[in-house]
Amino acid sequence: MTWASHLPIIVVLIPLLTAYITPMLGWMDKRICNPLVIVSTSFAFIASLLLARSVLTRGVISYHMGGFAPPFGIALVVDYFGAYMCIVISFLTLMAAIYSREYIAKELHESKTAPYYTLLMLMTGGMMGASVTGDLFNMFVFFEILSISSYALVAITGKKVAILASYKYLLLGAIGTSFTLVGIAYLYILTGTLNMADLSVRLASLYGVGRSSWTLLVALAFFMVGYSIKAALFPLHTWLPDAHSMAPSSISAVLSGILIKVGALALIRVLFNIFQPEFVVETIPVTSMISWMAAVAIIVGSLFAISQVDLKRMLAYSSVAHIGFIILGVGLATGYGTTGGILHIFNHAMAKGCLFLCAGAIIYKTGLRNIDDLAGLGNKMPFTMAAFTIAALSMIGIPPTAGFISKFYLGLGALETGTWSGWVFIGAILLGSLLTAIFYMRVINNIYFKEPLHREDVQRDETPLGMLIPILILAGGCVIFGIFPRIPLSLAEPAAKLLLGI
Amino acid sequence: MVNFGFLLGHYNYWAVVVLFLIGLYAMIVKKNLIKKFMGLNIMDTSIFLFYISMGDVEGGVSPIIAHGGGSDVIYVNPLPSVLILTAIVVAISTTALALSLIIKIYEEYGTLDSDRLVELM
Repeated sequence: MTWASHLPIIVVLIPLLTAYITPMLGWMDKRICNPLVIVSTSFAFIASLLLARSVLTRGVISYHMGGFAPPFGIALVVDYFGAYMCIVISFLTLMAAIYSREYIAKELHESKTAPYYTLLMLMTGGMMGASVTGDLFNMFVFFEILSISSYALVAITGKKVAILASYKYLLLGAIGTSFTLVGIAYLYILTGTLNMADLSVRLASLYGVGRSSWTLLVALAFFMVGYSIKAALFPLHTWLPDAHSMAPSSISAVLSGILIKVGALALIRVLFNIFQPEFVVETIPVTSMISWMAAVAIIVGSLFAISQVDLKRMLAYSSVAHIGFIILGVGLATGYGTTGGILHIFNHAMAKGCLFLCAGAIIYKTGLRNIDDLAGLGNKMPFTMAAFTIAALSMIGIPPTAGFISKFYLGLGALETGTWSGWVFIGAILLGSLLTAIFYMRVINNIYFKEPLHREDVQRDETPLGMLIPILILAGGCVIFGIFPRIPLSLAEPAAKLLLGI
Repeated sequence: MVNFGFLLGHYNYWAVVVLFLIGLYAMIVKKNLIKKFMGLNIMDTSIFLFYISMGDVEGGVSPIIAHGGGSDVIYVNPLPSVLILTAIVVAISTTALALSLIIKIYEEYGTLDSDRLVELM
């Protein structure tokens, strides 16, 4: 047993332990919090990369907590998908942490610095845990850690609207939690186990057996509704636009970039790891149903985004559309489609993270939130706006940005189904991209080609370097991973194959 | 033919379903934010009872091997109760956070009526 074999627990423990240390050190000196969080997130990022390397070389890792073998002990199971999610989570959190140093100093009262970083680390720990766990109840606990800390983070600014948005998010999130808890109870009654691998074996013998198959379906329904709320899948997305637009921008980037994807991860785990792909694809067409819902989410989310005047609210609605793209990939349940969906988790995390950080930089420098007021900012903040443009192009899916690759894979996946509905999904992807182009082009048009409202205001006033660096890294990532898509695909492809069992 | 014996034998589950629906109803229909949250707590409690009652065995004793045990002793399943301890802690933290948010909302808006709050937003 070398330290490397403990990597699955290390990636969870680093952020969680930091969350305990931060308030103590922050009590002594508030300036320590930020470097501490940056260092520990960097370690978590490196550990995730090492974890991914060992998963790629040695296959799926099963780590037994306390040495008790599953199904009796709690197991952490890291497959390709879990390792992939860990990398995305730690990467985006690292960017948000670097960005927070200067952003938070202005946006939040000094006394909230330590709680802010504590909650951020708790949330990261929860997300990491949910990605690597192999136990259904453990997943529920990690989901609660990340949800409760995110409710608090949405309200941390203490603004009137933010508190109400947080309460709305909390009520819906708590319903989602309760529903998943009921689902877990049903599966436990049926099988007497909570270990995912064990569950999938025991459930396989129950498919289509009288009364128990009805119980199975009820459990599946509770899981689908519960985790769809967490993933903000249309029509359960109503909490998202308020919560994501009212949170501090660094938190919006994390919430929109990865937190809703952890909900998608839970959906994937339930559909493909606990229930078997044949059951959810053929016996009862759950996957085709969620594909249709995702297609509607793409169109409706984009349409809502077009009608927004507030920049951050527009970005939040765009997230509703893009969670649709991810879930569509999952619902297609074909090699290319699911690869595309999983790849889009990473690409959307980078692009949306970058966009929210840019929106935060605009608010930080000018205090403007209204899209029409942004006229002429292209001359004022050239680097920030260039990054914004690149990320927006990635969201639309214009080559050579990363967004193109994942949408291309999704299109291939829709073709692979070989049915007429595949063509409808391709239509939804294209129409969604077109609508995305409409509302991002409106912003880009405003910032570059419109006369500023007050000419004398326009002088170079670039975002501070500490905030600009993560923005530029993320924008660079959108291009680099568009030109070299093999890097994320080397994990996303085996992840999809393993999940679908092909 | 409906098997009444089966339906009545599972009366504990019926109680849970009724409680769950009362909670869900309160969350959807009640206008007061505190009442909405009480609805959620009722719903959570019904789930806790669901877990505890499913772990219970008729004639079972608490799963502690006091005097070496024996093969003829039936123990109740302790695992659901343990799980629910965790879920109770989770529910408490959610409640604490929600109540603190409600206090802030009342301070800022001066009302807890959800219709009025929508107007004020």
